[in-house]
Amino acid sequence: MANVSAVDRTTLDVSDEVMISLQSVDKWFGQFHVLKGINLTVYKGERIVICGPSGSGKSTLMHILGCLDVPTSGEYLLAGEDVGAMDEIDLAEVRNRRIGFVFQQFNLLPSLSAQRNVELPLSYAGVSRERRRRRAREALERVGLGDRVEHRPGELSGGQQQRVAVARALVTDPALLLADEPTGNLDSTASDDVLRLFDELHQQGRTVVLITHEAEIAEHAARVIRIRDGAIASDESGPVS
Amino acid sequence: MTWSDILRNGWDAIRTHKLRSMLTSLGILMGIAAVVLTVGLGQGAQQQVSKQLASLGGNLLIVSPGSSSTGGVRGGFGSASTLTMADATALTSKTSAPDVNGVAPILQSSNQSLVNGATNWTTTIVGTTSSWLSVRGRTLESGRFLTDADQSSAAAVTVLASDTATELFGPLNPVGQTVTVNSVPYEVVGVLTSAGSDSTTNLDDQAIVPFSTASQRIVGGTNRTSVQTIYIKAASPGRLSAAYQEANTILQYRHSITASSTSDFSITTQQSVISTTSSVDNTLTNLLIGIAALSLIVGGIGVMNIMLVSVKERTREIGLRKALGGTPMLIRRQFLSEASMLGLSGGLLGVALGVGGAEVLPHFISNPIAISVPWILIAIGVAIAIGVGFGVYPAARAARLSPIDALRSE
Repeated sequence: MANVSAVDRTTLDVSDEVMISLQSVDKWFGQFHVLKGINLTVYKGERIVICGPSGSGKSTLMHILGCLDVPTSGEYLLAGEDVGAMDEIDLAEVRNRRIGFVFQQFNLLPSLSAQRNVELPLSYAGVSRERRRRRAREALERVGLGDRVEHRPGELSGGQQQRVAVARALVTDPALLLADEPTGNLDSTASDDVLRLFDELHQQGRTVVLITHEAEIAEHAARVIRIRDGAIASDESGPVS
Repeated sequence: MTWSDILRNGWDAIRTHKLRSMLTSLGILMGIAAVVLTVGLGQGAQQQVSKQLASLGGNLLIVSPGSSSTGGVRGGFGSASTLTMADATALTSKTSAPDVNGVAPILQSSNQSLVNGATNWTTTIVGTTSSWLSVRGRTLESGRFLTDADQSSAAAVTVLASDTATELFGPLNPVGQTVTVNSVPYEVVGVLTSAGSDSTTNLDDQAIVPFSTASQRIVGGTNRTSVQTIYIKAASPGRLSAAYQEANTILQYRHSITASSTSDFSITTQQSVISTTSSVDNTLTNLLIGIAALSLIVGGIGVMNIMLVSVKERTREIGLRKALGGTPMLIRRQFLSEASMLGLSGGLLGVALGVGGAEVLPHFISNPIAISVPWILIAIGVAIAIGVGFGVYPAARAARLSPIDALRSE
């Protein structure tokens, strides 16, 4: 199992720089051993899919990767920084600057316009209102919603809402995009839209980590990591497109 | 995230739940309105008192013969005339009483019948000196006041208060006319401007004559230098107690009194008279203070309650904000700003209600209500402070939520 992460990187268009490095990470919730000795290395510019049935521990893994939770033991380096040594304030800053989240439930604030939803991470980063507005508009244009900036989430379709969420994840220009079942609440057309968007972002050099239980999505991925019972069952390069 | 962002977020949240925010602010609204009215009543009463004081001739000390505090066996001091014209003269000394600005000895006789031809009017005749006018803070409507020459010659002249003049002479100008008292004709030399009434007497119904005239021709008696009352005017309201001390010392010395308990005179101020009459307002004030305090506490608990509901409802939002980089401090500030805005809106509405009440209430109750801007600002500050104070706990709960638990919640 230790060898499965030895992917032949020469076939992938990725750099030598390590984005994510997990070393024998364990996570316990009380008596439950949820993650068991996870070792994982993701290089900058990779697009990986983490796949597994519900209850396999993939969500917990995603939370740890996203610095929303910390491992019980083991080491997590994000772009060379030791996350385990960080306090709550440092973690908030890492989430703000280095990671862009996309959730299954979109998690947009219903009372705010698309524009102000996208501005949210920038406001926590202390960006001035003027620059915030400009960058939010750029991000919304990037996901094809330049004409919907003033719409509230309730006035947008599911696919559009998820694209607003992607714009929000993009707007701080994070090194790592983490998507947790991003197509779980979308119909197939909207799903394809959103997945294509992730592909484009990947091609622009971003590291994309996609978590899903849908085999179909996993099939097209360059690298698929399968989780079962809190451990990595396989880590293999899929068909390179 | 700047303060303006935080306040904007707070305002957005308030606006999203308009009705709920309004109802939440209701308690604070009532409390602040009660505060504004309470302070307004207090200040209104105070203004009324100082207006009364001014109309009575502010800075006034009243020396009466006898002492109410040493009644008992030695009672009846009031009738024994222990004050004399010489006492009054001694009080005018600039060296031993530098804070005394004017002294007016009084010798008065009530139920005196003044006659003008066929018309007669029964009133009080006040014998005093030329300084009475400034000591009592009165002004003349026409003619002149008594002079020192009138005093030394015990002249048969009189100055009428406005009501007395009207009763005797109607619309005619009485100056230069004559009124008869005990068959003695007096020339009317002046008329006083109306001053209203204090709590006990009508200040506009009296006839003023020279002190010497009163003692020789009207009151009579054996001791023609005895004085019923001496009015003392202090140089300023701030010098009132100094003037009191000086007058007390002079009179004790002159009367050979060594202990104040054996004093054969007493000195009072107008203020002490009026404070007893205005103390009635305190019941109303206390009631309002009680309503205000209770209402503000209940209002604060209301804010806390709705903030706790809000934190619970928005658990997901809090998780999201944390995931996007919100630190516990910023989350706490967001909820504190919301709570303070609930307080602020309650405060503003409460001030509006209070000011409205101050306009309407005086039509139904006799008390005047004065609105003071500093107190309004203080009241709004208190409202915000209550919002913040009762928002601390809910905000701390929001800040403590762990991001994954918050994101997972439905």
